[in-house]
Amino acid sequence: MSSAWSWYVIVLVVLNLAGCVWLLRWTGKRRPGDPKPEDTSHWWDGDITEYNKPMPRWWLGLFYITVVFAVGYLIYYPGMGAWAGTSAWTSAREHDADKAEADQRIAAAFAPYADKPVEELARDPVALRHGQAIFANHCAACHGADARGARGFPDLSDDIWHWGGQPQDVLTSVMDGRQAAMPPLAGALGSAAKIDQTIAYVRSLSGLPVDSQQAAAGAAHFAGLCTACHGPEGKGNALMGAPDLTDKYWLYGSDPDSIRETLVLGRNGNMPAHAALLGPARARVVAAWVYSRSHGEAKPQ
Amino acid sequence: MNEHAHAKVEKNVAVMAVLIAVAISFGGLAEIVPLMYQAETIQPLPGVKPYPPLQLAGRDVYIREGCYNCHSQMIRTLRFETERYGHYSVAGESVYDRPFQWGSKRTGPDLARVGGRYSDDWHRAHLLDPRSVVPESNMPSYSWLGDKLVDGALTTQKMQALRALGDPYSDEEIAGAAAAVTGKTELDAVIAYLQGLGRHAPKAPAVANAANVKNETNDAGGRP
Repeated sequence: MSSAWSWYVIVLVVLNLAGCVWLLRWTGKRRPGDPKPEDTSHWWDGDITEYNKPMPRWWLGLFYITVVFAVGYLIYYPGMGAWAGTSAWTSAREHDADKAEADQRIAAAFAPYADKPVEELARDPVALRHGQAIFANHCAACHGADARGARGFPDLSDDIWHWGGQPQDVLTSVMDGRQAAMPPLAGALGSAAKIDQTIAYVRSLSGLPVDSQQAAAGAAHFAGLCTACHGPEGKGNALMGAPDLTDKYWLYGSDPDSIRETLVLGRNGNMPAHAALLGPARARVVAAWVYSRSHGEAKPQ
Repeated sequence: MNEHAHAKVEKNVAVMAVLIAVAISFGGLAEIVPLMYQAETIQPLPGVKPYPPLQLAGRDVYIREGCYNCHSQMIRTLRFETERYGHYSVAGESVYDRPFQWGSKRTGPDLARVGGRYSDDWHRAHLLDPRSVVPESNMPSYSWLGDKLVDGALTTQKMQALRALGDPYSDEEIAGAAAAVTGKTELDAVIAYLQGLGRHAPKAPAVANAANVKNETNDAGGRP
């Protein structure tokens, strides 16, 4: 704040305080010639009147006390322009002090988990409790409070992992996020008939009822376009997050229309990175909780 | 009867109105007017730019649908808020917000740092039918957002109007506005807006730096 603005604020504050004191004195004072308190000129209907008594001294005193309080406040806290006050308080500084203290407590609480393998944490009931709480705060919006996911957001409670289900894979997903890139393939496939055939073949991979002739024709399109990511047998590739198409789990739905949408528009599932939000220790704990959903004793297989 | 000054004020409504205006203007003169000339409130943070066309259109959808009634965009300097949402809001982020969307009520969460938190697909599912992804949500579904396309000519006009108010849009940006929103629905626009929120927020200081904070005395306004 420039000194001109600082003085501008100081002058206004002082004027305001002085004005309050002046107003209190001016309105509280009785002047010679004022009518007596009981002797007012306000009469209605002949017998209704109002007095004009001064405020009680204790009441007036309260007003003066607020002015004294304001002076003390302006000495201790910032308020007089650029004067920081003897406390040098700012909301940012108070926040940073609170945060430093909380961060220390969090760091101490999570320090025991920082170097432990995810598998080990997945068997530690205290770590799992922490992990579940972190999951509820940061992950449940997409994956659901029970980690069962939703359409487009993978179920984390089963054994099917698009990006790999090893502890390190799960931790990487949490820390760095994932970006799937299924390209739109309508142009490459060419005709609606070929799209239908490919849909039939893809459905047949996971044992869904299809027209076998259609599926047989689709196998050729699949071999040309889809195997690069999903593999020749449609078993997927965790390095690219390409799902196994032979299992029963369909992230975007197994009905022909959903698969058509996948083929025509592509899919770009995106898991945002959480390293900056959680920090490594908490990311590890929440990864352990996720891992425990499919590997822990908590879930009967 | 002695008609002193006090009685004159009480019996003359015009004089009283003027004096009331003077009395209550002190607060605004001291607390608001200097902010209009403070660098930290009128200079954008590094990276903060006027909204690109699609985000600008999305911002107006956000306002039209009344999102601000339930969502704030103001993270206060309170530890439990920055823990949940990220760095507290600073004035330099809102320089190009006309009007700002700080809001004053949170039925839903604060959105000041929501950009990048969720995927576009999540926003799409969540805006059209919130309960498809968050079963316990009480947010209304905005199922109509995908039906209407963004008006390119109107978006161009908006940018021209904002430039007249001082937002530094270049000629190329305004010329490209209509093309940038062609074929985009209001749903796309509002998602683009949401994904842009808080992208240029100050980075939270590391724990190690917190000890140094006491020594800095010139960051009173939360300047980065």
